[in-house]
Amino acid sequence: MKFSIIVFPGSNCDHDAYHAAKHVLGHDAEFIWHKETGLKGADVVVLPGGFSHGDYLRTGAIARFSPVMAAVADFARGGGPTLGICNGFQILCEAGLLPGAMLRNRDLKFHCEHVWIRVDQTDTPFTALAKKGQVLRIPIAHGEGNYYAEPDVIEELESERRVIFRYCDARGEATDASNPNGAINGIAGICNAARNVVGLMPHPERACEPLLGSADGLVLFESVVSVLAAHGGAR
Amino acid sequence: MKARVFVTLKPSVFDPQGQTIADALHSMGYTGVGDVRQGKYFELELANKSADQARALASEVADKLLANPVIESYRVEVE
Repeated sequence: MKFSIIVFPGSNCDHDAYHAAKHVLGHDAEFIWHKETGLKGADVVVLPGGFSHGDYLRTGAIARFSPVMAAVADFARGGGPTLGICNGFQILCEAGLLPGAMLRNRDLKFHCEHVWIRVDQTDTPFTALAKKGQVLRIPIAHGEGNYYAEPDVIEELESERRVIFRYCDARGEATDASNPNGAINGIAGICNAARNVVGLMPHPERACEPLLGSADGLVLFESVVSVLAAHGGAR
Repeated sequence: MKARVFVTLKPSVFDPQGQTIADALHSMGYTGVGDVRQGKYFELELANKSADQARALASEVADKLLANPVIESYRVEVE
């Protein structure tokens, strides 16, 4: 099974995602430079965290016009499992592959800390092995993670059960105090209508080994491996 | 021709930076300042000869790149 990890100028969690896929899970992984036009036989596409193009203009605004994004859009619209982490989530929003946009954190601070998130939905390729309501301890590292969309879009996301992860406390209660950035409804991650494209601000790839303080992020990667294997492996 | 593009957050979108600036101004004694909204300003040098063409081009790049329609709106001036 092959993970293709897109590398933009300024990506800085690309190696973490590669390490999780290749060394922790033991699957094939390859970096794809953003100037490429193909995905080199990807089974899973990961848009990693970082500061693509220095976050100039808006987070993800310039990266979304990279040549590789046409191939990512084709892959995503064709049903391929696509994961956007942090800056990757921001890029997916800018590209229109996920709805909404990120605002500055409500307290204007860059948050770099471990938080709790609750898995609200398990019918995505990245949460299939999680339990509904499962609480994960995952780090965040962002200044612009305050998820925003128009009220009708938020209503649609909620009614279609497309809010996949929500900030919560250790007991799984989604309180305002447990919301690190002011995101509407404590939204930490969402999926597209077809449920194959998932974006989240927290960094599961940085929480795949106990040595790193948490292995709770592993379930996202194990889930997609399991879902693809159940569908006959490589696409 | 030169075009100026002003990008601002939509009124419905909370602007924590603008709020912080307003709070600072109030603590400096500028009680006559109400709400503050922070935005972005772009100057574009355009090859177009006519104002209409310049306006159309500036609007196109604002739609495509300079502004995110989910959270922002923009205004164009040409000279």
